Amino acid sequence: MTAAIEVRDLVVERGKRRVLNSISTTVPRGSVTGLLGPSGSGKTTLMRAIVGVQIVRSGSVLVLGQPAGAAALRRKVGYLTQAPSVYDDLTVRENARYFAALYGYGATAADAAIRDVGLADAAGQLVASLSGGQRSRASLACALLGEPELLILDEPTVGQDPVLRAELWDRFHALAAAGTTLLVSSHVMDEAGRCDRLILIREGAIIADDSPADVRAAAGTTDLEEAFLRLIQEREEAVATPGDRAGSTAVANERQTP
Amino acid sequence: MSARILAATTRRILTQLRHDRRTIALLVVMPTALLTLIYYMYQNLPAPPGAPRPFDRIALVVLGLFPFTIMFLVTSIAMLRERTSGTLERLLTTPLNKLDLLFGYGIAFGLAAAVQAAIASAVAYWVFGLDTAGPLGLVILIAVTNAVLGVALGLFCSAFARTEFQAVQFMPVVVIPQSLLCGLFVARDQMAGWLQGLSRALPLTYAVEALQEVGAHTDATGRMWRDLAIVAGAVIVTLVLAAATLRRRSG
Repeated sequence: MTAAIEVRDLVVERGKRRVLNSISTTVPRGSVTGLLGPSGSGKTTLMRAIVGVQIVRSGSVLVLGQPAGAAALRRKVGYLTQAPSVYDDLTVRENARYFAALYGYGATAADAAIRDVGLADAAGQLVASLSGGQRSRASLACALLGEPELLILDEPTVGQDPVLRAELWDRFHALAAAGTTLLVSSHVMDEAGRCDRLILIREGAIIADDSPADVRAAAGTTDLEEAFLRLIQEREEAVATPGDRAGSTAVANERQTP
Repeated sequence: MSARILAATTRRILTQLRHDRRTIALLVVMPTALLTLIYYMYQNLPAPPGAPRPFDRIALVVLGLFPFTIMFLVTSIAMLRERTSGTLERLLTTPLNKLDLLFGYGIAFGLAAAVQAAIASAVAYWVFGLDTAGPLGLVILIAVTNAVLGVALGLFCSAFARTEFQAVQFMPVVVIPQSLLCGLFVARDQMAGWLQGLSRALPLTYAVEALQEVGAHTDATGRMWRDLAIVAGAVIVTLVLAAATLRRRSG
């Protein structure tokens, strides 16, 4: 069977800036892959390219064996945008039922998705009246609908309470066990350990692409955050261009985010 | 396109409207309030011999202008919100076809306009004694077609606005020139030649002419149907243009 995602030499430019600089990676089916990196590193751009809404300069992205954005993929790929994209002036239930209808599912599937993200109690509330965390879970519910084969989740756990976060990760693994492929971005390193595979990207390039155990082994430390820092330093010493030095301060700041 | 997705989208847009009580109240009350204003403005103005009284002439045209203007504004803001909130990008990653979305807006706001036009017409006919030679049903039909034209133009213009401030600025660009040149203020055959030509290129002109035909003739005239067909054609052309502004891929 083909890989869930196959990215080859992907280049994305925004204006004169190169956001993704010739990225190649493969995501196997039925796994949870973490896409990690500081904000501005190109995570969202890579995810948008995989969903097929990003204009790319060159390179190829194959999703479930088809070019990204192909019409047939639209019912197989679920996408959670970073900023919650649900209707503020509808209730959680109305939102979920609308997105369910787009995939040909009924009210039962919509209600199940709401329960899965722990919003059953708030189902009748307008999205505008929800907290930030609830709002992003409402958005997540709409992405989980329709049992997609591939789920692209852009920072699904930001602002969630730790218990809920753990529940959401359990849910992601349950989905993966049932055959769904998940690509989950995060800028929080403690979530990296929960993934089957990790892709670390920084300034539009891949720094590491391996299982958490192998990343730890390669860097010679058990702490993933420390491991990434070492990998970045090793890489910078290898390349040693002055321009990259300024970037490393940025990543150190970014790591402060809890 | 899919009937199921179109129906779900229409229902979703109407549900959003239903949650917004104040907008509904404005849609219902405002035309009536403005008609009242117009009625008293023209109350003491004598009718020229052999011509309908000024209120009849103005109110008939205004019944078509309201839905056009209001639905243009409501739609351009609603569509802009879809673009800025990320819901449009999300919708375009689902099996939804662009036309499902555009027709969904057309049908949902067309229905809202039908309700608005029915209420405004009822007030004009039965409270203020509006007198037209032709039937009320045709007036409402033209008003709703005109509202759908407003929806289509709103969907299209929202592509050129990044903020709601910009979106409302398209009102004077799109609505006011058409209203000035449609024959309401100065009869079209009394305008300079180049203005007449300009007026003939604008769809609202035909909607107003259709209304005037209903005002002057007992039965629907060929010219009225031709005018209505031109407005409907303008709707289709604008929707196709609007579909072209919905890009699945962006930078």
